Amino acid sequence: MAKTLAEKILTDKSKSDASAGDVVVANVDLAFVQDTTGPLTVRQFEKINFQGIAKPQNAVVFLDHAAPSPARQLSNDHALLRRFARETGCHIYEVGDGVCHQLVAEYFAKPGDIIVGSDSHTVTAGALGAFATGMGSSDVAAALALGKTWLRVPETFLINLKGTLPEGVYAKDLILYLINQIGADGATYKALEFAGEALAHITVPERLTVANMAVEAGAKVGLFPSDEETQKFLTTQGRSDNYKPLYPDADAHYEQLISLNLLELEPMVSFPHTVDNAYSVSKAKGIKIQQVFIGTCTNGRLEDLAVSARILQGKRRSPGTRLLVTPASRQVLTQAIDNGYIKTLIEAGAIILPPGCAACLGLHQGVLGDGEACLSTANRNFKGRMGNPKAMIYLASPATAAASAIRGEITDPREIM
Amino acid sequence: MITKMPDMILKGNAIKLGDNISTDLIIPGRYAHLRSNLPQLAKHALEDADPTFISRVKPGDFLVAGKNFGLGSSREHAPVVIKMAGISAILVESTARIFFRNAINQGVPVLLCDTAKISDGDKLEIDLARSTVANLTSGGRLTCSKVSPLMSAILSEGGLIPYIQKHKDFVPERAT
Repeated sequence: MAKTLAEKILTDKSKSDASAGDVVVANVDLAFVQDTTGPLTVRQFEKINFQGIAKPQNAVVFLDHAAPSPARQLSNDHALLRRFARETGCHIYEVGDGVCHQLVAEYFAKPGDIIVGSDSHTVTAGALGAFATGMGSSDVAAALALGKTWLRVPETFLINLKGTLPEGVYAKDLILYLINQIGADGATYKALEFAGEALAHITVPERLTVANMAVEAGAKVGLFPSDEETQKFLTTQGRSDNYKPLYPDADAHYEQLISLNLLELEPMVSFPHTVDNAYSVSKAKGIKIQQVFIGTCTNGRLEDLAVSARILQGKRRSPGTRLLVTPASRQVLTQAIDNGYIKTLIEAGAIILPPGCAACLGLHQGVLGDGEACLSTANRNFKGRMGNPKAMIYLASPATAAASAIRGEITDPREIM
Repeated sequence: MITKMPDMILKGNAIKLGDNISTDLIIPGRYAHLRSNLPQLAKHALEDADPTFISRVKPGDFLVAGKNFGLGSSREHAPVVIKMAGISAILVESTARIFFRNAINQGVPVLLCDTAKISDGDKLEIDLARSTVANLTSGGRLTCSKVSPLMSAILSEGGLIPYIQKHKDFVPERAT
């Protein structure tokens, strides 16, 4: 039977004929944890009492959420994870190396892989054609011990993209628009699969932004085919051997078809406190913001810092607005320094934070005060997310964030570019 | 295939919350430093969703909510703190997939049903084997959707870790 991308990958990795609705047991190509879910994973793993990690070369610990640690308890959690990595022989990426999902994209994810991580934004690697999904600590502990996991084969929504993004409109606007259309639970348990003529112009860094937020529509995975853009990205990362083309079958069955003409999109802003509460930037225009946060696994890549630097070149942040910038990885930071983006951003009044999750989840590096509003390039604006349930979080693209930092209020980037 | 659920009748009172209760509302990131001290962490369960929750929850109570319960982060600490607070089952209209899996993996039953028919404080009786809820306060009866055989097997072992300890593998073709 003709297969979607999800069915193809799960058929290959489960050695069975996987169709939507089936429950399969599949081999896992990469299992990883981060520092806020890793300690529970280690404790669950130790209870299973196996002989260690089934495939230590396919397992990674990332210290990124509390990086560097703001509390002694979290420092002790880091020590526990370092010991676990030492004893099991798995990889470890240290404080300051970057956000797990960016590092998975740079160094690990391959088309056709099955990737499980104890972080909901594990879906990011779908940009490279990997069936990547977030799970809890127990599931990842089992995947580490057994080298496999169980999965229900999802039904798929096909997202057909045509046209090109207009000036001032980015991949972030595309995914915010799509989540608004689908709803925060509209794709629960489903796969989102992206297709269409527009993909030829959507780079892997942009795809990472889109796939990253698939979970905000409830989806289990956000999959892109593996094509020339994938090959280009893997080659740039020195991983051309990891490339293989991967496409769905032409007559695969899709539960729903959604068509988007990118030319019709506008800059988008998600209002508090749900991601699907998204509108055109015009509705948010003039909302005062005390903090702008550019970074995260959604929008902390080189391209995001480039557009931010371009907008902020020769300008200053508004005196009443803090501007936090967090490159997604050490590689991104180094390249941003080489390209002059970091100097431009610092001269515009930005605070450069170390590669990692930074202010995104409210445990350090930019916790909001009572009644404050933040415009963030992250993926979540839930109440309490940035450390304070009395604060408001708006989500937008790096361009909208940079333009808004200049004026101290939410601004359409097309007015400044 | 026979789906065998724990042969149990649960009785308790409903604590009712609304729609879209995220994992950030269940246990926010600002308490990440307590994640290796679960009893301390559990004292903050749901405090941003309902500050009275911790003081009024009694062992055996049911957490009842609307749609998309547990959306957001993959933190398994969310069902862990709900369980440690004394909740014996979660009844929702719909749930985010990672939370659903995490709750089952922690041995906490999650039942999907029309929770609009349950009010805060209602006395409920849940028949896990039949996936039904009797509302002893209103006299109504609700039928819940059944979980897959593999998930009910994991639940009946008390969670994923005891399941793996026993089976040393995933055995989706067998219910128990």
